[in-house]
Amino acid sequence: MKVAVPWRLRLREQVVSMGFVLPALSLFAMFSVYPFYLVAKLSVHDWDGISPEAFWVGFGNFLEVLTQDPVWWQSVWHATWITLLALTIQNGIALVLALAVNRDLRGGHFYRVVFYVPPVLSGIVVGLVWNWIYDGNFGILNHALRGLGLGHLARAWLSDPGTALTAVAAVHMWKGFGWGFVILLAGLQSIPPHLYEAAEIDGANAWERFRHITVPMMVPVFFLVSILTILGTMQIFEIIVATTQGGPGYHTEVPVTRIVATMLGQNRFGYACASGLVFGAILLAVSLVQVRVSRQIAFTQ
Amino acid sequence: MTPRRMLGGVLALAVVLGGGGCAARPEQAADLVVWHWMTDREEALQTLAARYQELTGVRVQFELYAPSDVYTQKIQAAAQTATLPDIYGVLGESRDFAGFVKGGHVRDLTASMLQQDGAWRHRFFERALAMSTFEPGNAYGVPSGIYGVPLDMMNIQLLYNKRLFRQAGLDPDRPPETWEELLALGDRLEAAGIQGLVSGWGEIWLIDCFASNYAWNVMGRDKVIATIQGRVQYTDPDWIRVFRLFAELREAGLLAQGVVTMVNKVAEQTFAMERAALAFNGSWCVNVYRGMNPNLEYGVLLPPRVSEAHPMMIWGGAGTSLVVNARSRHGGEAEQFLRWMTDKDQQVFLASTTLNLPATRQAVEEIPEVLAAFADDMDRSFHPSVLPVSEYPAVLEAFDKGIQSIITGELTPEEVGRQVQAAKERELKRESRRVAP
Repeated sequence: MKVAVPWRLRLREQVVSMGFVLPALSLFAMFSVYPFYLVAKLSVHDWDGISPEAFWVGFGNFLEVLTQDPVWWQSVWHATWITLLALTIQNGIALVLALAVNRDLRGGHFYRVVFYVPPVLSGIVVGLVWNWIYDGNFGILNHALRGLGLGHLARAWLSDPGTALTAVAAVHMWKGFGWGFVILLAGLQSIPPHLYEAAEIDGANAWERFRHITVPMMVPVFFLVSILTILGTMQIFEIIVATTQGGPGYHTEVPVTRIVATMLGQNRFGYACASGLVFGAILLAVSLVQVRVSRQIAFTQ
Repeated sequence: MTPRRMLGGVLALAVVLGGGGCAARPEQAADLVVWHWMTDREEALQTLAARYQELTGVRVQFELYAPSDVYTQKIQAAAQTATLPDIYGVLGESRDFAGFVKGGHVRDLTASMLQQDGAWRHRFFERALAMSTFEPGNAYGVPSGIYGVPLDMMNIQLLYNKRLFRQAGLDPDRPPETWEELLALGDRLEAAGIQGLVSGWGEIWLIDCFASNYAWNVMGRDKVIATIQGRVQYTDPDWIRVFRLFAELREAGLLAQGVVTMVNKVAEQTFAMERAALAFNGSWCVNVYRGMNPNLEYGVLLPPRVSEAHPMMIWGGAGTSLVVNARSRHGGEAEQFLRWMTDKDQQVFLASTTLNLPATRQAVEEIPEVLAAFADDMDRSFHPSVLPVSEYPAVLEAFDKGIQSIITGELTPEEVGRQVQAAKERELKRESRRVAP
């Protein structure tokens, strides 16, 4: 039997409910909605960050980002290149190491800790250490190459336009593979062992077990790692600042360094905000595509 | 706990948190707060603050925010929220400084400077004060006046390691005097296995500085200004000559490996550790090198001229200038403190402890000997900030990045000239599309 709730009681309940939501809503509005509104507002203005007046430019900043700024698109390509390397090499290494540690390897706990050390280090510190490793004259890398009789390969890795971007990508991958390793290892450990036991009884070899059990069971984890890799790598910043500052020329510029350079180097706050929104839209589109593809594959399987 | 009590608790917490966020800024513990970015001068500044308190009872609190780019962000954010301290410094070009003045963040000190027949003003070297002064009819629309107080001066020159010169069979008492002699060092140093020139050319402004020196030498002040005004193009043969100098440095093997991505701190360490024979650095380096290697034996060398058409000029002027916040409730006290900081005793103390060139005439008579070589060339110094116009930052970036590409051998001087001119035209177009609010 339904009992009619008096409107006063309903109202009171709603007020009470709103009261619980209000603090979180206020914080969200204050630290997410309002800043986003300000960024959107600034993106249609030309403002130097200090002067009392800002000039309305409409979609001029967006047009400039999209059609007249070759350095911006160059920087997007650089981030994409590093992301492609991270998706393949970094995550490949992370998977191999996770598979190795997932077996009852002696000292497995030790390796788990060691592999997880680089991600917890500061990006600036990592960058500075790799500066010494890559140094053209006194770096360990060139020293090792000379020791191996490969002295002709020695160079100033971070200052050579041909190697700077990949050298930076290598640092990023070294720092980042531990994240993927930990997540992939957790995924591997969540696969029920009886599946492998049954397959073994059926005569499946190691490759077949990997191909037909590990890979399908790990698909959601692969997607999680991939999406984190894409979002994390596209926003690479600290390592660039600590190694090349975007140089030589524009060879290691990435979107975030461009946004900072236009905001603080050129005092173009509006343009930087427009760049940020365009970059945010790119990341959102990539994420949506990835989620859609992952759903499709999960459904198929 | 009843829902009502829980709700009450949540709301009370929200009020406390929200109220905390909106509360008025707590009263400053110090009478005067000064923000700065100078890690190397922190100790000396704290000492002076203690002396000032002893003398006057006014407590001055120096707050250090470093490195300089972090400091710049800090003051920009503070300006936007009107929370700048009583005294601070503005880093950047005249355009940036003008923004602060027009935004009402900087107190006009002209009247104080000119009191008693300009007693305070006349303490300073003209070049030191020029960077804080806006002339009538300036391009930035700032009311004419003196807006800052210089504490020290600087200029940027070449430095050479005397011991490494000897090791390479060169005479340390006869450094190169012409551009050709400078280039010839490349072979000698390479043969001795010694690196050539290091500098913070990864922090692009130092490249700009080197190039500007030679731009003044090759084409003179008026043509540089004409270029900034858009009347001369960066594809002009004189500018191509300036760009080509970097190609010549590269071809002579005079540049250290990695110079295009080198930050100045690394360049300073490299030179101080005697791993490079030459450095392009400012007079502040005397203090830096003393800290890194007190036994470093080096000399100061005016960059050799490439043209007889115009005098060789070097970047220089006020090293550090502080301003008084126009919104400060202690503006008068802040002015008094800055005046005291520029008294002879304090200037001598700063010069002798931080090894920077003092901004005042009296103190320069008592500077340590090692600074004298820098001081000798102060008359040749110039700074873009004292020009009536300043170049767009985007053009400067294209200029400096282009030079990096010349050094790496990717682009020719002519290609860089065209790229810089294209950046200039983009900025001019952007300027024209601005619509007043």
